[in-house]
Amino acid sequence: MKETRPITALQEELIDEFSLFDDWMDKYEHLIELGKGLPLIQPELKTDDKLIKGCQSKVWLHSELNDDTVVFTADSDAIITKGIIAVLIRVFSNQSPEAIVNADTSFIDEIGLKEHLSPTRANGLVSMIKQMKLYAVAYKAQLN
Amino acid sequence: MAFDVQEIRKDFPILHREVNGHPLVYLDNAATSQKPQQVIDALVHYYSHYNANIHRGVHTLSQEATDAYEIARKKIQEHFNIEHKEEVIFTSGTTQGINLVAHGFSEFLNQGDEVIVSALEHHSNIVPWQMLCERTGAILKVIPMDVDGTLVLSEFEQLLSSNTKLVFVNHISNALGIINPIAEIIEKAHAVGASVLIDGAQSCSHIKPDLRALNCDFYVTSAHKMCGPTGVGILYGKREWLSKLPPYQGGGEMIKEVTFEKTTYADLPHKFEAGTPNIAGGIGFGAALDYLNGIGFDAIAQYETELLNYATEELLKIEGVTIYGTGSEKTSVISFNIEGIHPYDIGTIVDKLGIAVRTGHHCAQPIMDFYNIPGTVRASFAFYNTLEEVDRLVAAVKKAKMMLS
Repeated sequence: MKETRPITALQEELIDEFSLFDDWMDKYEHLIELGKGLPLIQPELKTDDKLIKGCQSKVWLHSELNDDTVVFTADSDAIITKGIIAVLIRVFSNQSPEAIVNADTSFIDEIGLKEHLSPTRANGLVSMIKQMKLYAVAYKAQLN
Repeated sequence: MAFDVQEIRKDFPILHREVNGHPLVYLDNAATSQKPQQVIDALVHYYSHYNANIHRGVHTLSQEATDAYEIARKKIQEHFNIEHKEEVIFTSGTTQGINLVAHGFSEFLNQGDEVIVSALEHHSNIVPWQMLCERTGAILKVIPMDVDGTLVLSEFEQLLSSNTKLVFVNHISNALGIINPIAEIIEKAHAVGASVLIDGAQSCSHIKPDLRALNCDFYVTSAHKMCGPTGVGILYGKREWLSKLPPYQGGGEMIKEVTFEKTTYADLPHKFEAGTPNIAGGIGFGAALDYLNGIGFDAIAQYETELLNYATEELLKIEGVTIYGTGSEKTSVISFNIEGIHPYDIGTIVDKLGIAVRTGHHCAQPIMDFYNIPGTVRASFAFYNTLEEVDRLVAAVKKAKMMLS
């Protein structure tokens, strides 16, 4: 099994990383950079059945089980949304289904992206997290 | 009285708040307008001084509330130049008005009849007609749009026939702000014996429709887009039509006599106003009309055109900006995109700068499909916006472009 750091440590790292930026503009610029750095998803994975509902921008989320860990790949047509995906993938990809299911997501608030947690925002961050956890629940059942 | 935007802004308490550390620039007026103190006061005064149920109590409060509600109906009648007061039906808003008519028309449509809608419609204007057609076997036809966002009237004429029973068009498109040639549409529809329902949700904050002159069969609108409260609007219908249409909802207020064998319905307008209505809302609607007429619709239109022209000019100076809906007849709505940037990203950044715009498909997915875009950024201006706010928008869009490119 691949060596990965625990979710809480990855979350702490992100909180520290974002705390370097004082104002929202710098935070967003960093988020945009993370979005640009997100590995490209294979085009054949960008199908309608991988689309997450409830987003103003399109978000494709793909998952697979690699040994005992879940690997997420994703893409979006909006760059800020892609940045958010990059943050989520850094925390949740290559983790065990169990760890993903049990993970707390309040770090989003702590890194200063709280507004994206609002369900009225329709950017689907909440839907993205929910979908990631749903995949994890399914894989957890598969492994048991 | 000369139009003084700074004086007008004093009437709107919300315009003085900050958002994300910046003075609010509210440019989502096509979604809902802000409310002047005069309207807020009318609501507070009703609840503090004469709140009571209407049309039924013999006590003084009930009489005062009934009078105020009926005075509001009278103001609406006068504002829209409606012939008979009972042709003004209070609704919860435009959507309810449309559904009321669509529901009623189930009784008049047969297999093979046709209903025509426009390609510029809001989702709420498409779904009730699809449901109506499913119920009755009627066929839904669509007036296509041109690339400048205007309706193709020659195609509309081709669609019209003796099978056409109802034509439904919005007065102004919510996604693009284009003013449709409704007078011509109404005349042509009537020539083949079809009835016409006009959706005025987007128009009534910009222009004062003369419903008698327009001669449409139905007209619907909402108070909240014209400085009034949410949850109230009107359906105007010609008396002949309203008498023929069946009641929409059963309940108190809409009945004349009830026995377990049979109920007879109340006269217009109460036949369509089941249950306790939005009394405060109706009274607030009247106050909003007083307020807008105090400024004057000519002055409003003139000033909003100035805002529109200035904003259009300034936004087009930004490289990569495309404006959708470029027809010459339009209100102060600008729907735009920047090449290579998702509208959602722009909306997120400008919000951080205190500017409220709408992003997305504006509940008009068919229009977005027509342009093959995921959505647009929509800035919609009201008479209380300023040229300086246009500058703030333009600066914010430039900043967003810089960050996102």
